[in-house]
Amino acid sequence: MNAPASPAAPDALPRHFLGLEGVSAATINRILEEATRFRRLVEQPNKKADTLKGRTVINLFFESSTRTRTSFELAGKRLSADVININASASATQKGETWLDTVRTLEAMTPDALVIRHAESGTPHMAARALSSHCSVINAGDGTHEHPTQALLDILTIQHHKGPIEGLRVAIVGDAAHSRVARSQIHALHTMGAAEIRLVGPKTLIPARAEEALGVQVFHDADAGLEGADVIIMLRMQLERIRGAAVPSQREYFRLYGLDRRRVARAADDVLVMHPGPMNRGVEIASEVADGPYSVILPQVTNGLAIRMAVLKLLAGGESA
Amino acid sequence: MRTVIRGGRVIDPASGRDEVADIAIANGRIQAVGDVPGDFDPDRVIDAGGQVVCPGLVDMHVHLREPGQEWKEDIESGSRAAAAGGVTSVACMANTQPVNDRRSVTEQIKSAAQRAGLSRVHPIGAITRDLAGETLSEMHELASAGCVAFSDDGRPVPDAGIMRRALEYAATFDYLLILHEEEGALSAGGAMNEGAHATRMGLAGIPNASEDVMIARDVILAELTGGRIHIAHVATAGGVELIRQAQAKGLRVTGEAAPHHLFLTDSDVGEFNSHAKMAPPLRGPADREAVRAAVADGTLSVIATDHAPHEADAKNEAFACCANGVTGLETLLGLTLRLADEDVMDLPTALARVTSGPAAVLGLEAGRLGVGEMADICLFDPEAQWAVEPERMYSRSTNTPFAGWELRGRVTHTLVGGRVVYPFGGEE
Repeated sequence: MNAPASPAAPDALPRHFLGLEGVSAATINRILEEATRFRRLVEQPNKKADTLKGRTVINLFFESSTRTRTSFELAGKRLSADVININASASATQKGETWLDTVRTLEAMTPDALVIRHAESGTPHMAARALSSHCSVINAGDGTHEHPTQALLDILTIQHHKGPIEGLRVAIVGDAAHSRVARSQIHALHTMGAAEIRLVGPKTLIPARAEEALGVQVFHDADAGLEGADVIIMLRMQLERIRGAAVPSQREYFRLYGLDRRRVARAADDVLVMHPGPMNRGVEIASEVADGPYSVILPQVTNGLAIRMAVLKLLAGGESA
Repeated sequence: MRTVIRGGRVIDPASGRDEVADIAIANGRIQAVGDVPGDFDPDRVIDAGGQVVCPGLVDMHVHLREPGQEWKEDIESGSRAAAAGGVTSVACMANTQPVNDRRSVTEQIKSAAQRAGLSRVHPIGAITRDLAGETLSEMHELASAGCVAFSDDGRPVPDAGIMRRALEYAATFDYLLILHEEEGALSAGGAMNEGAHATRMGLAGIPNASEDVMIARDVILAELTGGRIHIAHVATAGGVELIRQAQAKGLRVTGEAAPHHLFLTDSDVGEFNSHAKMAPPLRGPADREAVRAAVADGTLSVIATDHAPHEADAKNEAFACCANGVTGLETLLGLTLRLADEDVMDLPTALARVTSGPAAVLGLEAGRLGVGEMADICLFDPEAQWAVEPERMYSRSTNTPFAGWELRGRVTHTLVGGRVVYPFGGEE
């Protein structure tokens, strides 16, 4: 997150929400508390609040995404904000305008928050630096860098089922090298006091010097990596990486790293199985596990809505610096 | 014009001279160093008291962008930046548009440089036509038009067979090949050094091996062919070691370091700072130390800027997509002096790396202050502090990662062939 631009209230959030690296536990807890309240709201028949009435949120997606965009859109609408969705990959940029010009043009329409998704790492940071108004930038996933709201919904889900994160052993399995979610999860899990964070996968899918860069333990043997884990977070396998040189075949990948009932049995008895979706059944996760008793994959989606409502309220609602 | 430069600390690394002395200049050449003959009647006296007088700097790795990309830089603006930086000889790379792979482009560069009249510009011709790595350029034709070496810089020569033939052909005439070492398949998609910082930033990395395997290949091919190679912008400890081994075997292999690799590391990418994006990328601290040590012991006998100007828009893209490269002509002297300040090497050795070192590699008559040499001279105040302010630079582009740095050593005069080319609009 960026430093506040002006003197802020003591418990105000930074103006932009760009990632979870370096974000304090107090800030994360504030978002989680807000999200917990919204979670109750979204389970009621009347799901709408007036919190952001008169405020404008623009979802600016330079990379297509169904679930994240829908989640942000619904979150804004449930808070009564005016929500605009722009699929920029199919509009202005094709006319030759740079993506940053698109950002500046939209800023001139005086929104309160710009939710940005982009295929290149660091773009929300550049956008935040380029803005001159008090509009907040919210990172909805940048390249292979961060996806902070996705990670917080995982934290909320874990807390909901297991209580405090403190002391938990978490195994993140799969393509961490290309996962923005994994980086954000790791930062948040560290901040919230997880005892162990393990990355599990072949060397081709583990980012360079992960131990030093991210403070994790690396396992190339899935059985060892899952031993005693309290939480298993499966990552989506990009199928083009299987056609490329990272993994020889789906068959071999599933045999070595796929999560089936036998592997789940290595983890703690009350293990939680998570997946950010969309899942590749039979590639990274077996249906018996995805639909099984330990899976919280669908509650994750509901929590995602609550987290995005919380972030929008705290930033677009004027509670940020 | 007969000129005397009076009372400066004359440092001429080529001869080992380091003493307070006078220099007499007539007909564009140095007539005397030390005691000026009594009958030498100067038209002009430059008081160099308290200043260092050294050979004009030779930057053998510069992109002047003309023809084809004059909005980034042109020969006039690049020459102006050189003069302001104390650089009197500039070797410019072939990746212009069109590529300098034909006589007409070489001649165009030389004549534009002559019109600017601010520095000696030495074109470097392409190794392969259109830098495509497929067909050899007409090296002999290019050399006869004035090219001093050959390089596809900006790109490697990917095909080992073509590289072998290029080396053999060049060796026939003892031409020098300057090599950008990068294995495309290993650096594909990469935006910065592969390491912990890239992992945290979520940026695809370029491993040291991308440089090292190509240096190894080309050292082996130099041995096979008897060719003469110069490795551009060496950035890795492994690359340094390969060059050291090649030199120990007696192969004709030289190398250069760029100032940014001598002072910065991959952590200077910070929060996606596009001014820290270049090829090869900024490496880790151990690499920086190895490159510094190699410059100090002469394994790398050259510091060259890889001056690569880009307009703001080219740097204003997402980090992975923005242009590679930084400007360097105006910070070369200050950063070279800083190496001496940081005790990496003594001052004469540091100055050798930007004067006689590159002149020797290119075979230029430059970089020396002996009697009879051309009067290409740089005067600087070694104590003057100055801040790097991009908006005050003469280069048409201001993409420097050193903005805000405090440097010591300010150029006061630059002479080319005895003419004062800096300060601009001086006596001549």
